[in-house]
Amino acid sequence: METGTFRVKAGLAEMLKGGVIMDVVTADQAKVAEDAGAAAVMALERVPADIRADGGVARMSDPTKIVEIQEAVSIPVMAKARIGHFVEAQVLEALEVDYIDESEVLTPADEAHHIDKWQFKVPFVCGATNLGEALRRIAEGAAMIRSKGEAGTGNVVEAVRHIRLITGEIRRLGSLGEMELPAAAKELQAPLELVRDIAGKGRLPVVLFCAGGIATPADAALMMQLGAEGNFVGSGIFKSSDPARRARAIVEATTHFDDPERVAAASRELGDAMPGIEIGSLEANGGLLQKRGW
Amino acid sequence: MTPRRARGAGLGPDRTDEFLIGVLALQGGFEAHAGALEELGARTRIVRVPADLEHLDGLVIPGGESTTMTLGIERERLAEPLREFVRSGRPTLGTCAGLIMLDRGHLGVLDVSVRRNAFGRQVGSFEADLDFEGEPLHAVFIRAPWVEEHGEEVEVLAEVDGHPVAVRQDNVLAVAFHPELTGERRLHHWLLDYAGVAA
Repeated sequence: METGTFRVKAGLAEMLKGGVIMDVVTADQAKVAEDAGAAAVMALERVPADIRADGGVARMSDPTKIVEIQEAVSIPVMAKARIGHFVEAQVLEALEVDYIDESEVLTPADEAHHIDKWQFKVPFVCGATNLGEALRRIAEGAAMIRSKGEAGTGNVVEAVRHIRLITGEIRRLGSLGEMELPAAAKELQAPLELVRDIAGKGRLPVVLFCAGGIATPADAALMMQLGAEGNFVGSGIFKSSDPARRARAIVEATTHFDDPERVAAASRELGDAMPGIEIGSLEANGGLLQKRGW
Repeated sequence: MTPRRARGAGLGPDRTDEFLIGVLALQGGFEAHAGALEELGARTRIVRVPADLEHLDGLVIPGGESTTMTLGIERERLAEPLREFVRSGRPTLGTCAGLIMLDRGHLGVLDVSVRRNAFGRQVGSFEADLDFEGEPLHAVFIRAPWVEEHGEEVEVLAEVDGHPVAVRQDNVLAVAFHPELTGERRLHHWLLDYAGVAA
C-alpha cells in the first residue's frame, strides 16, 4: 500500500471536476456550502474581499477553525498556506487537510521560492496567470492548477484573461513541431518534458479549475465554457445577500454550463451579488494579488 | 464475473460500437470513464437529466463527492429513473462515490451498506495491488469507502484488510477504487460484455 503518490494527489482533483469549491471562514459557512452541493470547501481566515479591505498580513487560518470545519462537513477540506511558507504547509498536513492551496491571496512569505510540494503527502493546488507559471508549479509538485483571477473583486475579467491565456498557449504548443518545443520551453521557463507532454496531449497533466472574481451563475458557466474543469468561488458567495441560494445556483450552473436555459433558471431570484470592484482602481489602491508568485 | 463471453468471441470493436453507454455527469470523474469506454469502442453519452437515460445499454456512476452527487440526483429528480434503469437489468458500474449512490442508503439497488471515507482523509488515500477474483489488479483509492455489510445475493470480488472493496449483484458491479484512472479496463469490459448479453 502506497500513500501520497502523485496519482493519488492528482486523482482527488479528478474527483472534484465539474464541481464548485467554496471559500469558508467558519464551520457554519462550511455547512451552508456542503448543503448547497459544494464539492469541497476552502478554509481561510478572511475571505479575499475582507483581506483586501482590512489590509495587513494575511496568514494561514487558525488551526482551531480548520478542525471545526473538518468536524462540521464530510466533503474535502482545503486550506491556504502563504507562498513559500512550507511550515504553514507542514501544519496543514499535520491537521490532515485534504488539499493545500499555496495562495497569492495570502501575503507571500518568500519572495523567491515556492514550496517544494514533492515533500508532502497532501496534494497542492496553485494559482497561475499563464501556462509557464502553471508548468513551473506542476514541476514543483502541484497536483491541480487554478487560474488566479483577481480574488475579492467580484470581477471575472482577470480570470477570463488567465484561462484564455492558459488554454490558448496549450493550443499553440499543439501546433509546434518537435524541433520548436525546446525554444517554447525556454520562453515559458518550464521543463521541456512537461512542454512536450502538453504539446502531445493538448491539455495540462493535472486538472485545471478557475478562480478569482466569480460572483454569478453566469460567471461560473462562462469559465466552464472557456475550458475550466470546475470553479473556486471565494467572496462571491458569502459576500452576497443570500449565500445558500447563490451557492446552489452556482453549483447548478457549473454542472449545466452548456445549457443556457438551466443557467437562466439558476440565475433567478438570487438577491444581490457581491459588490464588484473595477480592476483599474486597484492598481493605485494596494495593487493586484495576482502579481504575487512567479 | 459471469456472465462473460470469452475475450474476442464476437465482441470486437465492430460489435461494441453498437453500444451506447451513459456516464452520470453531475460532478466528478466522468470524463475518464467516458474516455475508457470510447477506447474500448463504445459510444458514450453524458447523463445529467432523466431524458439522457433513454436507449442506453449500460451506465456508469463515477467517483466524485457523494454529497454533491446526492444533491444533484435530488435536484434533477434522477433517483427514480436511475432505479428503473438498474432494475431493467442493464449493466451498471459504480466506482467510489458511485458505489455509495447504489447502496441501501441512497438508490437502494445494491444490497450493501457502505461506509464513506472509510480509509480516512486524503493523507490516507493509497494505491494497492488487489486480488480481484484471483487475478492481480492495481487499484487507486481516493478518500475511499468500503462495504460495511452486505446481503447474501452480493458477491465479494476483492477486499482490503478484510473489507470488501469490489462487489457484484446481478447486473450491478461496484468498486471503491478508480479503474478509470489507471488504464485498468477489465471492469469497463465487463460492462460492455454484459450489455452484449442483455441486448
